[in-house]
Amino acid sequence: MNETFYDVMRRQGITRRSFLKFCSLTAASLGLSPAFAPKIAHAMETKPRIPVLWLHGLECTCCSESFIRSGHPLAKDVILSMLSLDYDDTIMAAAGHNAEAIVDEIVEKYKGNYILAVEGNAPLGEDGMYCIIGGKPFVEQLKYAAESCKAIISWGSCASWGCVQAAKPNPTRATPTHKIPGLADKPIIKVPGCPPIAEVMTAVVAYLLTFEKLPTLDRQGRPQMFYSQRIHDKCYRRPHFDAGQFVEHWDDEAARQGHCLYKMGCKGPTTYNACSTMRWNEGVSFPIQSGHGCIGCSEDGFWDKGGFYQRLTDINDFGIEANADTVGGTAATVVGVGIAAHAGLTALNRSKKSGDKQTGAEQQ
Amino acid sequence: MTEPTLISNAVDASGIKSSPEGEGAQAVYVYEKPVRLWHSLNALVIVALTVTGYLIASPLASVGGEASDHFVMGYVRFLHFAAGYLLAIGLLFRAYWAYAGNEHARQIFMPPLLSREFWHGVGHEILWYTFLVKEPKKYIGHNPLAVLSMHFVFVWGALFMIVTGFALYGEGTGQGSWQHALFSSWVLPLFGDSQNLHSWHHLVMWLIVCFVLIHVYVAVREDKLSRQSMLSTIVTGWRTFKDDKPVDDVH
Repeated sequence: MNETFYDVMRRQGITRRSFLKFCSLTAASLGLSPAFAPKIAHAMETKPRIPVLWLHGLECTCCSESFIRSGHPLAKDVILSMLSLDYDDTIMAAAGHNAEAIVDEIVEKYKGNYILAVEGNAPLGEDGMYCIIGGKPFVEQLKYAAESCKAIISWGSCASWGCVQAAKPNPTRATPTHKIPGLADKPIIKVPGCPPIAEVMTAVVAYLLTFEKLPTLDRQGRPQMFYSQRIHDKCYRRPHFDAGQFVEHWDDEAARQGHCLYKMGCKGPTTYNACSTMRWNEGVSFPIQSGHGCIGCSEDGFWDKGGFYQRLTDINDFGIEANADTVGGTAATVVGVGIAAHAGLTALNRSKKSGDKQTGAEQQ
Repeated sequence: MTEPTLISNAVDASGIKSSPEGEGAQAVYVYEKPVRLWHSLNALVIVALTVTGYLIASPLASVGGEASDHFVMGYVRFLHFAAGYLLAIGLLFRAYWAYAGNEHARQIFMPPLLSREFWHGVGHEILWYTFLVKEPKKYIGHNPLAVLSMHFVFVWGALFMIVTGFALYGEGTGQGSWQHALFSSWVLPLFGDSQNLHSWHHLVMWLIVCFVLIHVYVAVREDKLSRQSMLSTIVTGWRTFKDDKPVDDVH
């Protein structure tokens, strides 16, 4: 408990020079000024490590896969060793009862001091029987661990919004962390994405450990530093959008030239994430750069809005599958036909009336 | 506009006066100049917003050459945003004029929903449009059904478009901008996400298209069949009548 981050790093053979480099790197990746690097160093030299419980519910492990590939090698090594990742059933050595005992141990020993990271979500259907961890429903483990934690990190779209397992009709009633009834009232940081960007994940953890407070969150509970802008706002293909140069077919010249994928249903304009600035795999590329539109994986409900290749997505609020143009266009056509019919009837009525008048006049 | 001014000087206490043409019919000054200007501005702006809005969702065919040589989407979006500002400022001004102007300027903002007589009027108007009564009632202002649809479809529809429109615009101007602080920050969570907000903004556009279709048809039809003037009234502001019987909406 008294061992600091710095002690751990030194014990693991990291030089002071590398340590200071890491501090500057972390400051830069968090968007802080260089003046913060010494502060981070100071925090790491003096603060005890914060234990992290990493629970897995209904998920595909893509968040873990992303996290362990955090681009900057130094960040990956150090964050993994400075984080006291005491329980993570996917990557821990222990298994079975030995592993589950660690959860109890952390909860008892570090009451109110550990971070609860949740990957995946809890199905509530059939009393939670669709996801069993150590013989008990996952939702019970989640509630138990949340009771005495300091803060919760909802990793990925599953824990943040529900993701694919919560897609209609959601047979298992998969429920994102913040909507679980009876969950202890703890601050929740949502880090959506399927998966979230590795450097975003490590930066969120580094921020929590360094400053011992939550990063600034937006109204939906996401860290503002990574989720305040849309993919579209910083997309390198944006000039083609403004010029009106679009890919119309996957195999046309515009696709080869790398024009805007808006007409191919790219969700960049409605997706809040840092892909177009931080990119993936050590900044190598991101979906749009490799020629495919954004599917909006970090947005709530992206899985239930019809095709990934349509600009206008389906509106499900009326219980039908149709986009705004089909609904609106049909309404306008019905109104148009209605008007024509009404005008016709009106004309018929008038000619009948004037006909009546004429015959009346003739009879007189 | 000298002629109507001269006549308005001669209007008696009830606001009803012989029309310039004489012939025993009456004329009333209904729509003041700011209301008429707002109407024509709205007509222009709504056409511009609908066309550009549609083109934002379904852009024109791509242009060739270098991106630096073109700014097609940029101009379309600029027109949309500029027209959006005009719609918003126009509605703000019009809301003020509902307070500052004459009683007819208030009509579409405050439908008398608690008045039994008003609902009788709505019923009669529905019968008239379904060919079930032979003669419409005679109104100085809007007929009750028109008041109802203008209030609930147009005023609230336009307000919805302005609020959601600024929320979408605020996504681009970003956090810290007043558009984001005043609109996006609470409208986006209300609709769930940006994509839903786009869909609803688009859907209500179609509602307004339907309103415009009906509005134009009914105005032309009423001009021919009702007992008062329609098309000339929104141009000159003067309501004339086709018979001498008493009006049905004297307050």
